[in-house]
Amino acid sequence: MSAAETIFALSSGAPPAGVGVIRVSGPAAREAVLALAGRMPEARRASLARLRDSNGALLDEALVLWFPGPNTATGEDLAEFHCHGGRAVIAAVEGALAILDGVRRAEPGEFTRRAFANGWIDLAEAEGLADLLSAETELQRAAALANAGGALSRQVEAWRERVLGLSAEVEGVLDFSDEEDSADLPECFTWNIAALAGELGEWLARPRSERLGEGFRVVLAGPPNAGKSTLFNALVESEAAITSPIAGTTRDVIERAVAIAGVPFTFVDTAGLREGEAADPIEAIGIDRARGALARADAVLWLGAEGEGPEGAWEIAAQVDRAGFAAKTGAHFTVSAMTGEGVLGLKTALVEAARAGLPKPGEAALNTRQHARLAEAAEALEAARALADPLLVAEELRRARLAFDRLIGRATTEDMLDTLFGRFCIGK
Amino acid sequence: MHSFDVLVIGGGHAGVEAACAAARMGARTALVSFDLAAIGAMSCNPAIGGLGKGHLVREVDALDGVLGRAADAGAIHYRMLNRSKGSAVWGPRVQADRLRFKAAVQAAVRGQPNLTLVQGEAAALLLEGERVAGLELADGTMFHVKHLVLCTGTFLGGILFRGEERFEGGRIGENAAHRLAQQLRGADLPMARLKTGTPPRLDGRTIDWAVLEEQPSDGEAWTMSPLTPRRVNPQVFCAITRTTQAGHDAIRANLHRSPLFLGAIAAAGPRYCPSIEDKIHRFGDREGHQVFLEPEGLDTHMVYPNGISTSLPVDVQEEVVRTMPGCGRAVIVQPGYAVEYDHIDPRALTPDLQVRAIPGLYCAGQINGTTGYEEAAAQGLVAGLEAAAAALGKQAPALDRANSYIAVMVDDLTLQGVSEPYRMLTARAEYRLRLRANNAATRLTGLGIEEGCIGEERRRWWERREATREMFHVKHSQRVHARELADLGLPVRRDQGEKPLAEWLRYDGVTPEALAPWLGEITALDPLLAEEMAEDAAYAPYLARQDAELRDLRASEALPLPADFPYAEVPGLSNEMVERLSNAAPGTLAAAGRVPGVTPAALSALLVHARRRLAA
Ligand SMILES: Cc1cc2nc3c(=O)[nH]c(=O)nc-3n(C[C@H](O)[C@H](O)[C@H](O)COP(=O)(O)OP(=O)(O)OC[C@H]3O[C@@H](n4cnc5c(N)ncnc54)[C@H](O)[C@@H]3O)c2cc1C
Repeated sequence: MSAAETIFALSSGAPPAGVGVIRVSGPAAREAVLALAGRMPEARRASLARLRDSNGALLDEALVLWFPGPNTATGEDLAEFHCHGGRAVIAAVEGALAILDGVRRAEPGEFTRRAFANGWIDLAEAEGLADLLSAETELQRAAALANAGGALSRQVEAWRERVLGLSAEVEGVLDFSDEEDSADLPECFTWNIAALAGELGEWLARPRSERLGEGFRVVLAGPPNAGKSTLFNALVESEAAITSPIAGTTRDVIERAVAIAGVPFTFVDTAGLREGEAADPIEAIGIDRARGALARADAVLWLGAEGEGPEGAWEIAAQVDRAGFAAKTGAHFTVSAMTGEGVLGLKTALVEAARAGLPKPGEAALNTRQHARLAEAAEALEAARALADPLLVAEELRRARLAFDRLIGRATTEDMLDTLFGRFCIGK
Repeated sequence: MHSFDVLVIGGGHAGVEAACAAARMGARTALVSFDLAAIGAMSCNPAIGGLGKGHLVREVDALDGVLGRAADAGAIHYRMLNRSKGSAVWGPRVQADRLRFKAAVQAAVRGQPNLTLVQGEAAALLLEGERVAGLELADGTMFHVKHLVLCTGTFLGGILFRGEERFEGGRIGENAAHRLAQQLRGADLPMARLKTGTPPRLDGRTIDWAVLEEQPSDGEAWTMSPLTPRRVNPQVFCAITRTTQAGHDAIRANLHRSPLFLGAIAAAGPRYCPSIEDKIHRFGDREGHQVFLEPEGLDTHMVYPNGISTSLPVDVQEEVVRTMPGCGRAVIVQPGYAVEYDHIDPRALTPDLQVRAIPGLYCAGQINGTTGYEEAAAQGLVAGLEAAAAALGKQAPALDRANSYIAVMVDDLTLQGVSEPYRMLTARAEYRLRLRANNAATRLTGLGIEEGCIGEERRRWWERREATREMFHVKHSQRVHARELADLGLPVRRDQGEKPLAEWLRYDGVTPEALAPWLGEITALDPLLAEEMAEDAAYAPYLARQDAELRDLRASEALPLPADFPYAEVPGLSNEMVERLSNAAPGTLAAAGRVPGVTPAALSALLVHARRRLAA
């Protein structure tokens, strides 16, 4: 009982490219191969075929692969056409597919959705794939890939097994104490819980995957006319813009999302912070926003008088080219946005800081939902460690298991429903 | 032709509860058994309750079953197992005098309105198409009945083993039993084999009790059923001895004569209560295994040595017994043996214990692959209530994993099947903190009253108790300041402000007794209820958390999976998963999640496909 419709999409990069891979998934994939290639190739073997449209006109000479379901990436019948990568060829093959009965162009993420719906990947993997599809920078892609590949799921399974082992020890004490193996819990029991809780703690301390979407937030702050906007422009211009999920420009706070060296950043230019009462209410709101921006910043570049910026801010001596330039004795960077002096050094330092503050490439990162579940497991383990009553220890261990189950969708409940019907719009 | 609403076959623990429960629901019920005089007999250890099992006894009792009161009537030794742990895992257990227990069961069955007892051998089910239409006895008597409950224990292909000896276990009326067995086999129901065993019985007069450690009956006054106001029999003590190296050597030297190791018995036995030869074989390094010497009654010298179930030849049994301290001269009255028998794969049953392929046929007890009186009784109760409800167009009390061990067991059996005789354990119940042996009445009696399966006496008891509970609630909601508690010397910090008493009860060291200045005389009205409510207060934070979990669970319970759901058509399910899901036929998505081996990814696929079907 799979979805009635068959979908196709170009699954390699945008043309023109050396090769264009067009994937077809669904019950009519077989007909699609027959229609275009005129015959069915041997399953799971690449074979060369001439692709023709419905009028018999030659479209391309391509490699055709045929994977009968359900043991395929989507769980359905699946075909791949490896065509020559020119725009015209791709468009022609896609056009020939689109006119077939029950075949249509896939919506973004639809292949993943089918793989999830067909039981090929679990919740954490599906989330990884969804992230992968929306990844715009190299760093985002690498993290999403780790989750999609099941790195997180495998880790969670491993933790779950360990908790299961611990649970078995407690249950032994609870259910068989009237028999002889009544011994109390071994000394190392608490220690094992602590070790596991510690491991979870390390994961929890890692930056969240959403951070990759938001990028590393750099806020430029200082009094009016300190050169914030000029430096802001110097930092963002000529860098690749990315679409940030965060609200864009307001009257007083300007945001730009860019990727520098493959690392996502959000630069924020605040309205001038003034001491004392704001002149009018509108300005007051602006100042509030600026304060808010500062609170959420990963790094603050302070362009005002030395030592007067927020704690931990990077002291920037800006406008070094100006006549009235005020040097800072403890300046982290001395820059001139006009001449470009020092800007490259500042960028390099920011990229370094951002790499440390964002998920590492290739390391599975947790999203907020996953983080919440893992935090619950960690909390339960901490509680279990502190309790003396084995009955309550057992209950806390069960809670930890439940949190793991929910993380990967084993508990079949709200998490899964939310993801399925919210994020993936399945089942409409 | 006689006609009944419900007919129960087999007068063991399952059959007795099934018949009485159906009759309490108001169904015209018949109980057919080989030998009416044997109703209430205990085939093995005359002990009732224990860890997990005690919960079942209290639950059966809360739904007005027979077992709890009969246990009290026979009890000659009470012990609360696991007393040192949290109360949710306490296991009430009694040692019962066989004769007194049996007399109590007989009295209950004979005094039960709506219930007719029939002595005879069930020979054949009469079917109409797939449905049950009646029953034929070996003597040709016919019954017209559409709801049959099969509680025949180990009669299906039972074989007894003792050393090199074998006996067919059909007792009297073997042919009749075989006819019924053959009919069931012919019906193509999934069957499997299990084994269980029993120890030799000793003559108590030949045991040297003086050298052994005594285990007296609990000093307190608790009973199995709240309807038993006080303990009725004189209490005896058990004694503790051990197996020894010399005994182990004898076992090892004769392992080749044990049917278990000869390969004669291939079926799986209970891991939780293994035979002594199994223990020696598996934990060879142990110096000795504990053995409880339990008197079987007040008027008999028979002693049950709990812990040395065996099917070794008689001469070896004797040698092993004689090496145990205090048993040097002990005489075996009746040797131990093992039984191998057929059971129905319980995954062939729906949650009301009805055979999916034969509507109208219910199965309960050992025939479903369980072991133990309590497990049998609890299933009998469910099958009896369900059969009566179906016959009368009523509802049986709604049991689920969050309100009873009974439902935990039925759910486990019907979804997971069995690979060894199923015995209740507290670890099987995920909502253990709310399923305590001492709050069974609170959980279930109200439900039972609603569906009409509770007799007059218990209903009156319940109403009194609910009134008392109201008074407790009022008292517990009084707000008291931390200072006042601290002034009484209770271990609370003075700066914690004012809280209701119910919340203070969560604090270690704050007991109902300590709160006497506020609770007043009320505790004395019903000390057990006072204790139960204090525990509720103590567990409240955990229970609140479970409530959230349960809401979540109910969401996936709302998604039904029809019995004929085409699992094979769901892509992404392995063949093994398809097979397990098809066998267990889970009724909801939540139940599918409890079928072993179903992965998270597979569940998501099921969810999507079930939704699509629903939408279609
Ligand atoms: C050797 C042995 C040792 C055990 N040891 C223990 C133990 O120590 N502790 C414990 O808790 N449990 C023990 N058990 C298990 C326990 O006895 C059973 O699980 C429990 O009694 C099963 O109850 P039941 O009602 O399903 O079946 P049973 O109690 O076996 O009752 C079956 C009834 O059905 C009747 N019957 C069968 N066929 C027919 C027919 N065709 N027509 C009419 N009547 C029929 C029989 O006469 C019998 O009365 C032991 C079992 C065995 C066999």
